[in-house]
Amino acid sequence: MNLTLKVWRQNGPEDKGRMETYPVSDISEHMSFLEMMDVLNDQLVRDGKDPIAFDHDCREGICGMCSMFINGEAHGPGRGVTTCQLHMRSFKDGDTIYIEPWRAQAFPVIKDLVVDRSAFDRVIQAGGYVSVNTSGNTIDANTIPIPKADADEAFNAATCIGCGACVATCKNASAMLFVSAKVSQLALLPQGQPERELRVKRMVEQMDKEGFGNCTNTGACEVECPKGISLTNIARMNRDYLTASLKGE
Amino acid sequence: MLNSKVPQGPLAEKWTNHKNSIRLVNPANKRSIDVIVVGTGLAGSSAAASLAEMGYNVKAFCFQDSPRRAHSIAAQGGINAAKNYQNDGDSTYRLFYDTVKGGDYRSREANVYRLAEVSANIIDQCVAQGVPFARDYGGLLDNRSFGGVQVSRTFYAKGQTGQQLLLGAYSALSRQISKGKVKLYNRHEMMDVVVVDGKCRGIIARNLVTGEVERHGAHAVILASGGYGNVFFLSTNAMGSNVSAAWKAHKKGAHFANPSFTQIHPTCIPVSGSHQSKLTLMSESLRNDGRIWVPKKKEDAQAVREGKLRPVDIREEDRDYYLERRYPAFGNLVPRDVASRAAKERCDAGFGVNETGEAVFLDYASAIERYGKTEANIRGLENPSASEIKALGTEVVKAKYGNLFDMYKQIAADNPYETPMKIYPAVHYTMGGLWVDYNLMTAVPGLYAAGEANFSDHGANRLGASALMQGLADGYFVLPYTVGDYLADDIRTGPISTDHPAFEAAEKEVTERIQHFLNNPGDTPVDDFHRKLGRIMWNNCGMARNADGLKQAIADIRALREEFWKKVRVPGTATQYNPELDKAGRVADFLELGELMCVDALAREESCGGHFREEHQTTEGEALRNDVDFTFVSAWEYTGDPSEAKLEKEELVYENIELKQRSYK
Repeated sequence: MNLTLKVWRQNGPEDKGRMETYPVSDISEHMSFLEMMDVLNDQLVRDGKDPIAFDHDCREGICGMCSMFINGEAHGPGRGVTTCQLHMRSFKDGDTIYIEPWRAQAFPVIKDLVVDRSAFDRVIQAGGYVSVNTSGNTIDANTIPIPKADADEAFNAATCIGCGACVATCKNASAMLFVSAKVSQLALLPQGQPERELRVKRMVEQMDKEGFGNCTNTGACEVECPKGISLTNIARMNRDYLTASLKGE
Repeated sequence: MLNSKVPQGPLAEKWTNHKNSIRLVNPANKRSIDVIVVGTGLAGSSAAASLAEMGYNVKAFCFQDSPRRAHSIAAQGGINAAKNYQNDGDSTYRLFYDTVKGGDYRSREANVYRLAEVSANIIDQCVAQGVPFARDYGGLLDNRSFGGVQVSRTFYAKGQTGQQLLLGAYSALSRQISKGKVKLYNRHEMMDVVVVDGKCRGIIARNLVTGEVERHGAHAVILASGGYGNVFFLSTNAMGSNVSAAWKAHKKGAHFANPSFTQIHPTCIPVSGSHQSKLTLMSESLRNDGRIWVPKKKEDAQAVREGKLRPVDIREEDRDYYLERRYPAFGNLVPRDVASRAAKERCDAGFGVNETGEAVFLDYASAIERYGKTEANIRGLENPSASEIKALGTEVVKAKYGNLFDMYKQIAADNPYETPMKIYPAVHYTMGGLWVDYNLMTAVPGLYAAGEANFSDHGANRLGASALMQGLADGYFVLPYTVGDYLADDIRTGPISTDHPAFEAAEKEVTERIQHFLNNPGDTPVDDFHRKLGRIMWNNCGMARNADGLKQAIADIRALREEFWKKVRVPGTATQYNPELDKAGRVADFLELGELMCVDALAREESCGGHFREEHQTTEGEALRNDVDFTFVSAWEYTGDPSEAKLEKEELVYENIELKQRSYK
């Protein structure tokens, strides 16, 4: 198929940036979206032009590196998929496709479609862990039975890939879904209890410091999340945060 | 002469004795010692976190935007540990034995035993960190079975075990970053290691965002930079996975061991066209319940290929469940190398089932029926209909493998609950890597290699769910002890200055190479050369190898490398974010490594594990080892040209296991 791509080009964080138009032809419906971008970049290099910078790595939907805002949707039209899992069969011949980077104050553009998401790492550093050192003397893994339902729910929260689609989608550029996923995972497990209140306070404080917006319960994040992280996590985080605040921890 | 430094004493006591006798560094002195860790996958993150917890100053480097994205994240099926929770006869010895046998008797006994020994601790550690492993209704940890073994010792978190373990190690790393004990350098690529007076004393790194070339000094350097499967261009590795860190270390004196030992994974989604950029693995755990087959009759295979016959319409007696037929004892759970070769054999014989003729079926129909019947019994349904059974069974399969089935559906546009999946082997893992001694130190003092980047534990074939085990064993439980032994000599050294001429020379070389790429008057994109290299490697150094093919490949790679340096075009500048430039450096190194892999494959005149030389096979087509002449590790020393690399042999001594023809029949 033949397509027209409108791609955001920006030389660096200080550059104003602009949309540019690129025609691409002979695209197979079996290609992934990123393979289509490879074809375009190959052509740009051959023509002596600057290829489009975009983040990608595993190309199987788990590393969380790819991050394109396609036709106004994070990771494009599919549900439950990342950009790298989006296939060209989702488009038809003659389509015009708009491709932009994640847009959020806390995610400055590095180049073109590549943004800096290290704010997410700093939120995790603020408390997204259990304080346990490496040791050959931890208790046997089966000493504390964990109800299957709790383990499963903790797992579901823990499947977040940290891609940032929730932030990109949110009209407030809120990171609540991301932060609450980690808070929930550890709040649901016995190992996470000792630091539960301190954790939620520290992570929320860091989240605010990074310049993410507030949550107004629109729910767009849950819809666009490639891993289907549930809004329930945000409710759980809010409850834990309130508890921690009231206790003055 | 290479010295493996395996401690004396009985196998089961070596590690304990070694830990008791190695030197320690006291807490105050640890604070004045710096360690660099390159790579933040399971081995790198766990090593960086553990060393920082102990008090060392750690610098961690990754080329991704976040340490959480290292390719360990994509490991699906699980992690082995000799816990014997299932009471099925598992033990440290049995895990050790299975791993040595699975590796076709080409790994080092003492290392593998230690791996098995610490495996149980890994699970304890991860659970303590909050890793949400799968559990049964009693709240205890669940296990599944993997290829090459007859026990269930694999712990898992759906089909995302690597993700959950890496996020656990990443959280431990994050905790140390918040304390200032680890300084993180994300979007940085290691460009070279720096050797001062015979010891590794730092690295040259490049900030991929600003392009700045930086010098970093340290008392020891750990490379946990992963494997080199991307030399084949198409593999299950991430696009950025590369050999450069290991290759640079090789050029600075570290030996490269068994480079040709590559794992071709049997269950991947087949290649669909020339545009393809990577291949996707379908977890080995699917072989727990799935059955692999091709049609018995060639005309049926032909009809399936042409879309005239649906696989579900082929009668049971017309199906060839070739793994169950050839290997009745292990059936669909034979090791990966055996399963891959068997698929190739059937497809080469004309029984392939997709347009290209390179695919076999992985069928869940009987598992769905089996689970459905059990579920119907549990619910007390009397005389359930076939469709009721199917619906119940589908639910069970969905719960166990849902994300894998979804992934297949997404890529192949086909519903695996209704029709068998099509799969074919693909490059997945590299058993070869930097040669290390028992302490995981390379031939360069102070330079260590961990995880997939070293060669040590998997011999000529890795068993499923053992890569995660090895990465975390190296990082959590081996390096923290062994690095200290070496660093005990450095308590008076003081900070490593980066003004030494060795740093200057290394930096200059890096900068010159970058400038060469940018100023080269070429016209061909980097990927073009990478694809060509991949084809040469896959055709001649893939699932089956022979002397003529390997010789031809060496000549072809040398010609391609020459063309690359003349014709490659790298756009942009060195002072901005420039992924094409990063790729060019990686492909340049792959073009040298590929040649060494072929040299190694040519020199090893036997078949073992993933290394199958067509000249050496039994009458039944199984790999034929030559224990008399080849029970050694091939450790190659760089001399200026991959074809001129000098071979050093580390003889493998088996004191606790009898070398046998591997049989899964």
